[in-house]
Amino acid sequence: MSGPGLNDFVIKIGTVNGTGSASANGLLMKSIFRMGVPVVGKNVFPSNIQGLPTWYEIRVSGDGHAGRSGEVHMTVAMNQATYEQDLAELSTGGVLVYDSTWPRPQLESRPDVTVIGVPLMAMCNEVVKAARSRILMKNMAYVGAVAALVDLDLNVIRSLVEETFAAKVKLIDSNMEAVKLGYDYVKEHYETPLRFRVSPLDKTSGKVMIDGNTAASLGCVYAGATFGAWYPITPSTSVMDGFAKYCKKLRVDPETGKNKFCIIQAEDELAAVGLIIGAAWNGARAFTPTSGPGISLMSEWIGFAYYTEIPIVLFDIQRTGPSTGMPTRTQQCDIQTTAYASHGDTKHIVLYPADPNECFDFAVHSFDLAERFQTPVFFLSDIDIGMNDWMVDELSWVDNYIPDRGKVLTEDDLSKMESFSRYLDVDGDNIPYRTLPGTDPKGAYFLRGSGHNKHARYTELGHEYQEVVDRLSAKWESAKSAVPAPLVQKASSATRQGIIAIGSSDAAVTEARDRLEADGMPVDYMRVRAFPFSDEVEAFMAAHDEIFVVEQNRDAQLHGLLLNETKVPREKLISILHYSGEPLNYRFVCDELMKRIKLRKIA
Amino acid sequence: MTSFLKPKIRRPNEPLNSLGLARADYEGNMSTLCAGCGHDSVTAAIVRTFYELGIPPHRALKISGIGCSSKTTTYFMKDSHGANTVHGRMPSFATGALSANNDLACIGISGDGDSLSIGLGQMAHAMRRNVNMLYVLENNGVYGLTKGQFSASADLGSLPKKGTPNEFPAIDPVAFALSVGATFVARSFSGDRKQLVALMKAGLKHKGFALIDVISPCVSFNDHKGSTKSYAHTYEFFSQAVHADYVPPSEEIVAAYEEGEMMPVELHDGGHIRLRKLEADYDPTDRGAAFGRAVASDNTDEILTGLLYLDESQPDLHEIQNMEARPLNEIPYTELNPGAESLKALQSEFR
Repeated sequence: MSGPGLNDFVIKIGTVNGTGSASANGLLMKSIFRMGVPVVGKNVFPSNIQGLPTWYEIRVSGDGHAGRSGEVHMTVAMNQATYEQDLAELSTGGVLVYDSTWPRPQLESRPDVTVIGVPLMAMCNEVVKAARSRILMKNMAYVGAVAALVDLDLNVIRSLVEETFAAKVKLIDSNMEAVKLGYDYVKEHYETPLRFRVSPLDKTSGKVMIDGNTAASLGCVYAGATFGAWYPITPSTSVMDGFAKYCKKLRVDPETGKNKFCIIQAEDELAAVGLIIGAAWNGARAFTPTSGPGISLMSEWIGFAYYTEIPIVLFDIQRTGPSTGMPTRTQQCDIQTTAYASHGDTKHIVLYPADPNECFDFAVHSFDLAERFQTPVFFLSDIDIGMNDWMVDELSWVDNYIPDRGKVLTEDDLSKMESFSRYLDVDGDNIPYRTLPGTDPKGAYFLRGSGHNKHARYTELGHEYQEVVDRLSAKWESAKSAVPAPLVQKASSATRQGIIAIGSSDAAVTEARDRLEADGMPVDYMRVRAFPFSDEVEAFMAAHDEIFVVEQNRDAQLHGLLLNETKVPREKLISILHYSGEPLNYRFVCDELMKRIKLRKIA
Repeated sequence: MTSFLKPKIRRPNEPLNSLGLARADYEGNMSTLCAGCGHDSVTAAIVRTFYELGIPPHRALKISGIGCSSKTTTYFMKDSHGANTVHGRMPSFATGALSANNDLACIGISGDGDSLSIGLGQMAHAMRRNVNMLYVLENNGVYGLTKGQFSASADLGSLPKKGTPNEFPAIDPVAFALSVGATFVARSFSGDRKQLVALMKAGLKHKGFALIDVISPCVSFNDHKGSTKSYAHTYEFFSQAVHADYVPPSEEIVAAYEEGEMMPVELHDGGHIRLRKLEADYDPTDRGAAFGRAVASDNTDEILTGLLYLDESQPDLHEIQNMEARPLNEIPYTELNPGAESLKALQSEFR
């Protein structure tokens, strides 16, 4: 379908984790970005610290596609344990780069690919003494080899290296020396550059390369969150790392040196969510980052916050389940869990960001929604969005933003009131008023997860109980017009076929849709961005006869949620499921859509 | 059943505290516990403590988990924000609430099931964080609401109302608290209001985590012969090691000590805790010795009470977190928003 060609190819680097290859791979990707060429990076790594296979995939896409392609045009095989697999994945006409310090005759088994041997280790051993440094320098040497092959600008690489080692200047020259070893060897022994290579463009200005967790953590800072608690869990940890980093930078009083934030590493997820519920009850914007296993543990408390109407934000960075699953691989497998987390009748607001830029905006939005509707809000991301660097529009902020703190009564408000009832629907919008502890004796009320009436008093009377839970349901329902609306990409000609997807499926689905349309198969596409589903979701499904629901889990969870929560007839929805743990690629989506579209035509 | 509102009865010439409030102003709803329940005596002690200390009710937090003891938070201080949370998870909620506003006086109410079984982990971590709260563990050795199962504080060999003796050793909250670094560890008895009120005052004024393990007999399921948590057993084996009194900042500390008194411990608010040793060679500032003494008493029928350990020198969570004095929930958004310019500048690392 595409590539390889000028500014259109995929490099996959296979290494062993714990050898420092991540920084070398990041350097390669950022060099391409700095040359003005759009780039996609996907890190496929093990749940391990040292010794297991890890891959880094760089897609160079002059056209600006943001997802994976599903092909590999150049393999940098640095891990002998995965040679076989790495060689097999390489497309016909591809190029294999390996360390020829040791002969590897098995790599010569494919006549349809070009094999480029570079004696990386041998060259590094000659100039570097310390064993650990040799390994690190070998990484820089393959950067040099790749740079020569795909025509990367050495000056760009040098300036990136200078920025990285600004604090340890003597490392700049040694690293560049290693880069040059690989670069010069390839230049001397092979014909360069390759047919597929990088040629400078001007398509990355105004863009940044950022991961979703970092962007989300910045969203928490800008939303005015002051309290965060978490239990470390892959792949959510970097949300709190980012929050801590930016709070230390931006939220410490310059005069007193005191913090305007509080971060607590909890003993487990049950405590993490209990901590933020307590803080939110007492008026702090509070959040916890976690992943599926954490949501399972937090479930009891989530129902408590739902029933007692406490605004909290939960960042669920999904990873492959069930159970421990594959903790460093991606999936969209908590769609159902987050929609209905906890025992009893519970329904939640869930936002589905699709890229880091949206992670920033939706993080802010999550706090506004939580406080406006006085309820838990889930921010449902995944490892692909959360931990990979994406090229997105620079994050932007308007300084006149005012947080929506919802209905919170002040001392002054209370002084004018005869009495206060915590769960009374005074305004007829199903959202009651709340008070913060310490404000005024009149504002005092008793919070309880047990049956309560609209006056927040204990009850076992059916009608009093029902009055409250019915209001909760209506309140949740009313959120559908306040959550981010879906985005629709319409085909250029009318079609009765549509695609629905959420979150990290977006890039691959968008590219697949574009390519299908170019091939004469027009399909509309709606990206759902939140639960409860808004009227636009219903309207899109009503306007199409066949709707392909593309999602990254085995059990068609989004499909199920649509059936459960909308009026769509069962026979309209067709599932396309991808759940290997690798980020979705457009080729898979294209193939699956074509198969089904053709099948339908025959039928 | 709905909750029972207690009518406020004002008596003529009733004494008022420093805020001009009467004791009745610190009461709550009618108790729905069994007549004679130890917990009701603890509730009365709490009312008296807050009343006598002159703490404005709306400046206090009362937080509990689940169980008979946890129900009592509705029976006192109706003008305080209260929370009856999730079983065994009161400590995390309280820690979060205090992090948002450390200016509030916080009392946590829990029981032996809530603290020593389902909530042992959370209690331990609130202690090691030195959260600034008074934690009252109403200890009766039994699950009341589910009708009489042994809890983790039931002593080995203690007899149930029906069935076989308890087969597992008890978790002693005092020894446990000492082992995980609590800075104020006390034990008392619901039947000794004087001691209990004195300890509660000291615990509330202590800057950090204060545990009071209160033996509080269950009249319905654990007050029979052969039970080691009955009224009769507790009265018989009750022993006091160290008496503690809170002395407010306004009161002068007399230089001469009474028989058995130690140097008063100065508190953060300028007040003091005056300690009087009832056991000549007990030193409540020696953690190792306190632990040894607590464990020794576990091996006998003795119920060792009083302020068993005090360390006023440790920073509380708020201080450890280096947070500013103003509560988080009072910092205006203008001070929290780093601004558009900062966002632009910090993104240079992503290019």
